[in-house]
Amino acid sequence: MSAITMRELTKVYPGGVRALDALDLEIADGEFFALLGPSGCGKTTLLRTIAGLEVASGGSVRIGERDVTGLPPGKRDVAMVFQDYALFPHMTVRDNIAYPLRIKKVDRRTRGGKAADTAEELGLSGLLERRPGQLSGGQQQRVALARAMACHPQVFLLDEPLSNLDARLRLEARTFLKRLQRELGVTTVFVTHDQAEALALADRIAVMEGGRIRQVGTPTEVFRRPANTFVAGFIGSTPMNLIDARVHGGELAVGPARLPLPDDSHGQVTDGERLVYGIRPEYLDYSPTAVPGALTGEVVVVENLGSVSLVSLDVPADDTGPADAGSPAGDAGRTSVQVVVPEGAEPEPGDTGWVVPRPGRSLLYRDGTLVTATATAEVPAPRAGAAVRS
Amino acid sequence: MTTDTAPVPTTEPTRPTVAVRHLLAQIGRYTFLCAILGFFALPLLWLATAPFDDTPTVTASLPRFTLDNFRALLDNPYALSSLLNSVYLAAGTAALVVTFAALAAYALSRVRVPGRDALLYGLLLLSSIVTGTATMVPLFELAFRLNLIDSRLGVILILSGGLLPAAIFILKDFMDSTPTSYEESARVFGASPLQIMRHIVVPLVRPGLATVGVWAVANVWGNFLVPFLLLRGPDKAPAAVIMYTLYTEGGQADLRLLSTFSLLYSLPVALMFVFVSSRYGFRFHGGIKR
Repeated sequence: MSAITMRELTKVYPGGVRALDALDLEIADGEFFALLGPSGCGKTTLLRTIAGLEVASGGSVRIGERDVTGLPPGKRDVAMVFQDYALFPHMTVRDNIAYPLRIKKVDRRTRGGKAADTAEELGLSGLLERRPGQLSGGQQQRVALARAMACHPQVFLLDEPLSNLDARLRLEARTFLKRLQRELGVTTVFVTHDQAEALALADRIAVMEGGRIRQVGTPTEVFRRPANTFVAGFIGSTPMNLIDARVHGGELAVGPARLPLPDDSHGQVTDGERLVYGIRPEYLDYSPTAVPGALTGEVVVVENLGSVSLVSLDVPADDTGPADAGSPAGDAGRTSVQVVVPEGAEPEPGDTGWVVPRPGRSLLYRDGTLVTATATAEVPAPRAGAAVRS
Repeated sequence: MTTDTAPVPTTEPTRPTVAVRHLLAQIGRYTFLCAILGFFALPLLWLATAPFDDTPTVTASLPRFTLDNFRALLDNPYALSSLLNSVYLAAGTAALVVTFAALAAYALSRVRVPGRDALLYGLLLLSSIVTGTATMVPLFELAFRLNLIDSRLGVILILSGGLLPAAIFILKDFMDSTPTSYEESARVFGASPLQIMRHIVVPLVRPGLATVGVWAVANVWGNFLVPFLLLRGPDKAPAAVIMYTLYTEGGQADLRLLSTFSLLYSLPVALMFVFVSSRYGFRFHGGIKR
């Protein structure tokens, strides 16, 4: 059980692709930590660098008190569960789970017994003599977890642990995985591209883009207060509305509409400044009648999500200049705003609607970075051309 | 003919004509297949009957049954030992080829070497020359300088050299189709490269190893030129070379001995094919799912 500390960690692949760019990260002892990002953001490279399967081009990795940067994977005392589980097809479940012990020269009888114990903890007792090919996806995953547990590592590394399971099984496995991690208390890092998975499982999440970390925080922090427009657009089952706005007399002007300034932006903005206003569709209330402090527009699309519907409105926006790079594309002078509407209250396309932001839920972004009461952003946006540096 | 000219109105062929034409086509097809089959089956039939025939000829005929031919063959001092020699050569070569091809193919499959594919294709191209007739003189010279004339080791080394490139080529395909996550998983658990090879890679590519092994044995078994030139005495000569000596004093092929020996000569390889095929199955692609 150990913390993991990365300092200035850099990985440049032959050919010049900078997969990790001077990355600093601390993962606490016993933490369930998610590396989240779109494909190609370097999250799997980071996991593999912690495992030792990739050799860092620069910087250091420490596990507990040991600097493991130069150590081969087998000497780092980590266990990794691969996306395809990598269960050896020619070995039985028992031999698979016992394989790490076989490498450690534990005698056959002892390791067989230990494998059986671990298998029982994960509810695999009846399957010990089967081959991986005879198991279901969920069972295969648990065998892979059992194999990782059998060598009692200091750190678990899970590469997309749920992506090979079908949707139904995924929820079940998610709950199982969270409980298992809590019971074992072993520092666990997992990689995922599914923000819902990261929010549900992790104690803390690092959102990555282009080999850098854009935000580290608890699921609540990352969901409620994305540090920048990238995280804001990536986190959440429906992306945050990012609307061009202008500060005007202590209020925000979005086209003809006037909205109150978010609480912690008071004193941080100047009159006439152009910013991006961020609000989650979940934190907007739809009204079919005119209300003050609301955005108004025509309902364009209604998407049924089961218990709620996602309604898209075409809203007249600030048309004094070109759209900000971080804002969703739209016609000049118009923008699309999405709002979650509870069942029974869905409008029809063509209706005119008003949406009111809930107090304390709206955010302001200046140059893609969150405007907060402390005014300084923790993580800067990647410099232009950072990926091709050197 | 008139039927081919366009203006002549063609009448709809009646049902019986279609059936007859179909039947004729079927008869034609099967006759052709039988001819092909006979072409390949007759020598085998000869191999099955001639050894048991009192007076075998070059034609396959119903034998006057006798086992005298086998008795006569056993009197030949070199016949049985030559089969054993063939086994030595084949087993030695197959072992060398499988071992080195597996190691080389694994390395070539996993390590990024610039110009790797060109190297492989180049080797493959050259391999047909190495044990070919064209290089027999330099090879003989080489063996002579290395003191490997009249040595089984010399034959094994030269045959292995000829077979290795193709074997590497075949095995690399098997290795390529094995996901690297198996090996990475073992590496994270602390397995050394040789342990990974032994515990993970070899079991996974076993059908490929079997294929290459059998192919090497069959190649050596049938090779005449290399052992004929490099081995001096008949005591070390393999069966393929001894068969060449089975002549009567008059210089005529001794069909009684030759047919019997041919049968004994072909059985081991045929049996090996059946055994290995039933055990591992021959496949040139894949190597993971059973």
